[in-house]
Amino acid sequence: MTNGGTVAHSDADPAPEGDGFPRDRRLEAYRWMVTARVVDERALSLQRQGRIGFYAPLSGQEAAQVGAAYALRPEDWVFPAYRELAVALVRGVPLRSLFDQLVGNSADLSKGTQMPNHFAYRAQHFVSASSPIGTQITQAVGAAMAMQRRHDRAATITFFGDGATSSNDFHAGLNFAGVFRAPTVFFCQNNQWAISLPRERQTVSATLAEKAAAYGFPGVVVDGNDLEAVYRVVRAARLRAIAGEGPTLIEAQVYRFGPHSTSDDPRRYRTDSQVAEARQRDPILLLKERLLSEGLLDAASEQELWESVRAEAARAFEAAERAPPLDPHTLFDNVFATPTPRLAEERGEYDRLVREGLGKP
Amino acid sequence: MSELTIVQAVNRGLTEAMRQDPDVLILGEDVGINGGVFRATEGLFKEFGADRVVDTPLSETGILGAAIGMALYGLKPIAEIQFLDFIYPAFDQIVSELAKFRYRSGGQYPCHVVVRAPYGGGIKGGLYHSQSTEAYFAHTAGLKVAIPSTPADAKGLLLTAIHDEDPVIFLEPKRIYRSVTGEVPDGDHRVPFGSARLVREGSNVTLVAYGAMVPAVTEAAETLANEGISAEVLDLRTLVPLDEAAVVRSVEKTGRAVLVHEAARFCGFGGELAAILAEKAFFSLKAPIARVTGYDTPFPYALEHVYLPNPEKIAHAARSTVRGG
Repeated sequence: MTNGGTVAHSDADPAPEGDGFPRDRRLEAYRWMVTARVVDERALSLQRQGRIGFYAPLSGQEAAQVGAAYALRPEDWVFPAYRELAVALVRGVPLRSLFDQLVGNSADLSKGTQMPNHFAYRAQHFVSASSPIGTQITQAVGAAMAMQRRHDRAATITFFGDGATSSNDFHAGLNFAGVFRAPTVFFCQNNQWAISLPRERQTVSATLAEKAAAYGFPGVVVDGNDLEAVYRVVRAARLRAIAGEGPTLIEAQVYRFGPHSTSDDPRRYRTDSQVAEARQRDPILLLKERLLSEGLLDAASEQELWESVRAEAARAFEAAERAPPLDPHTLFDNVFATPTPRLAEERGEYDRLVREGLGKP
Repeated sequence: MSELTIVQAVNRGLTEAMRQDPDVLILGEDVGINGGVFRATEGLFKEFGADRVVDTPLSETGILGAAIGMALYGLKPIAEIQFLDFIYPAFDQIVSELAKFRYRSGGQYPCHVVVRAPYGGGIKGGLYHSQSTEAYFAHTAGLKVAIPSTPADAKGLLLTAIHDEDPVIFLEPKRIYRSVTGEVPDGDHRVPFGSARLVREGSNVTLVAYGAMVPAVTEAAETLANEGISAEVLDLRTLVPLDEAAVVRSVEKTGRAVLVHEAARFCGFGGELAAILAEKAFFSLKAPIARVTGYDTPFPYALEHVYLPNPEKIAHAARSTVRGG
């Protein structure tokens, strides 16, 4: 598969041996979490400046995403929603590629077809995300059934939020996975909010994880702010899946620190003090304290890490902004493998408009 | 060559594709042991086993979502929806996902699923076992729509669909599943998409149809011939891609067009055909374009004979077009 950017980490095996999170990769994981946070800060500011059209931040969900991604292997397939930027980073998607998508330039592997955050990176088995809620859940089950049929020792993992547990595809997907013992890990990031609706308004179940019982497989609640705890449960679920023992539902309890997206004003439905309280357990803070106490990090190296990540992100974004815009003709590409006569005609119609002085060349 | 019904031809097409390629598999409701409620998958479970003829739980969104995931991973799934009327729980998966995967990923994720569904009225099926809603799918960029009207085309278009690289909505005219028989080539018989079938040559009026309306239109053409009106009959075979050139060429020759489908008239596929003719054959037209279609009502049960186009209505419209008034 071609990937326009440099693939910095795709060769790395993110699932090392042993049950616990490998000590020697914790600093690296911390760097990914910081990178995601820095991208959030930068993207929110760029959106306010009108340099990107939209952004859906993931702040508060870094440990859940990075912990889960480390428990996967390259041959596993990720079916994300639109908030899984940190998963893409750990899978080896270069920052530059992510920014190319946010900008929608000619280097964007998705050819500017999608709103920001709706990533697709085939080389990293990071399947194209969409906006409708929950649709990726049944698809992840189908791909897992295909892995089963091919006898591939791999699993799929699908990411979704608390809101998606109310969707048709959540029910259909979990039910199919149970019936066919599909090697799928259902990873729900319960960030407590589906835009303005609190988790309690989606369901009166005590937990989201307990819904797995109705489908006949285990459901696990995990503290999504704890990188190592997330890693352990996802790793166990993955091993269970590839051993042919079937799917697992994981509910990673986190808190969405930011707005749903740049189009959302969370002060309409929640107070700053609620957010401040949740921030006491900021996953980045928790891991930082642990790394400091174990001597893997000190104040100076911590500051240096943030500065270097900020500089890296700035460089990557500037490069993405300098990339040439899309050729307008790409509008007509990839509707079908080969354009239909009608699409070819419409492309010609566009060219005529340009020749007649209308539209942008 | 074998003399087959349409549903037998579908079965032969499925069998052929599954023998050719181990990645081809079927999933749907009652498709396995039961062989499908119309018996389109009869015998396949026995030949290919439960992991290639997959009986699924009763969930159309589950069937389509799973088929999409399988296709992304490289298999060639054929999803059977028991009746087109039951496809709507999967509409989101079809129009938001299946149709858009290739486009939205910049070509990184082609998604080739064939969705088979029996469609259409005339079987006393009422509201929920009769509808022809092909226009929903033809309207969605990224989907191909094929509708055979003969046993040979049922097999040939189905094999083309299975070997295509893009998603195909394959609608089977269940009303004529068994009433129409014909010679079907053995083996890997394929009929190309986007190539209308000239059913009958004529010079006074062009009758355009697809699926279960083709036999009705053909019967009307025979009636008209006895009255001295020479009708040309075109079977579109695929709505997407559409053989616009064949339709335009024929109407340029005859100067008159009658567009026929079972679906309701308003925003039906005939409207698109009429617009194309107005754009591209306007100066050849000798009479207003006519449409013979279902009415803009829900599909009725007791009064389906009133609702559906039939040879009498089609001949009447053609006569009026040719003779005026």
